[in-house]
Amino acid sequence: MCTTCGCGDGDTRIEGQGAEGWHRHADGTLHHHAQPGAHAHGATDPRRLRIEQDLLAANDAHAARNRARFAHDGIFALNLVSSPGSGKTTLLCRTIQALRGLLPVSVIEGDQQTRRDAERIRAAGAGALQVNTGKGCHLDAHMVSHAIAQLDPAPGSLLLIENVGNLVCPAAFDLGEAHKVVVLSITEGEDKPLKYPDMFAAADVMVLNKIDLAPHLSFDEAACIGYARRVNPQIRVLRTSATTGAGIDAWVDWLAAGARAAARSATQRAGPRGVVA
Amino acid sequence: MHELSLAQSVIEIIENAAARDAFARVRKVWLEVGLLSCVEPDAMRASFEAVSRDTRAEGAVLELVAVPGRGRCPSCGTLSALAAREDACPSCGGYGLRPVAGTGLRVRELEVE
Repeated sequence: MCTTCGCGDGDTRIEGQGAEGWHRHADGTLHHHAQPGAHAHGATDPRRLRIEQDLLAANDAHAARNRARFAHDGIFALNLVSSPGSGKTTLLCRTIQALRGLLPVSVIEGDQQTRRDAERIRAAGAGALQVNTGKGCHLDAHMVSHAIAQLDPAPGSLLLIENVGNLVCPAAFDLGEAHKVVVLSITEGEDKPLKYPDMFAAADVMVLNKIDLAPHLSFDEAACIGYARRVNPQIRVLRTSATTGAGIDAWVDWLAAGARAAARSATQRAGPRGVVA
Repeated sequence: MHELSLAQSVIEIIENAAARDAFARVRKVWLEVGLLSCVEPDAMRASFEAVSRDTRAEGAVLELVAVPGRGRCPSCGTLSALAAREDACPSCGGYGLRPVAGTGLRVRELEVE
């Protein structure tokens, strides 16, 4: 029983409803306390301040500035998210090779430690900047604003932001990207979209990677896509193998179309007012 | 543990409030947590305790107030309680309900001295 609010007897405890650990007070609100009595009211008269401020407001303001820069320069920016080991970096290397001579590409690599991924990307032929988040489990829009200031992606180019391998935390942090792309390797199991629904709800595209391994696995692709669409009916699905190159053409076509559209709208905005290109 | 950076945002909001409305100490923070916001209450609490050390919020009580999820069905338009994003519409059975409440995280109020 919570000794504070007199909210002990008859309180409802909700289980299996995304509300574990929360309990209902007499006024109907759900609360979560460190331990019973942790929020016992003090003797002195409190001075209260209304704040009403969103925790993600500062991140979202940085994201809006990043997005404005991308729009101004016609840069098509994507935020790639996945579990560790889904093959994101290999997919990016393959993508860079396929786009060589067609579209300038640069990459922001997010990892907790090491510069290994940025080195792989540079070896594949694209400009890359490594952001090490240390203990941090995701990139935020402020880190990305510093990274783009340093990387200085070319107007009309494709910017691929490879987030820290993590299907939870990066979902909440807008970086200013045009789309989140979730990469799911088919070695991971088809129920990932239900286990990590926030990420699949936030993404516009799901790339099923490592499809060359399908003959060796019991991965149920139709079920996986069904689960993803339960969370996000509009999600676009692409199938790739970064190893064999299967499906890379369709992925690259989608990237090139997005980059063309971003460059076109930047040119139109920059043109004289009232003139339709 | 993105709760750590979210807890850091709480401290920044408190410092900004202190700059506007001078106070020395925070005794209590009311934080609204949307139940669809992918925040773990215990992780949030541990993170707040860690990042509030040596700030004016050290020792403050963190009161988490849940904001239940609600969603609108894209097929039939019904508004319903949404405990998880993958839940079906109670009216037509369709999926992909668009959350209209319960995704946010906001500092609602402070008790200060």
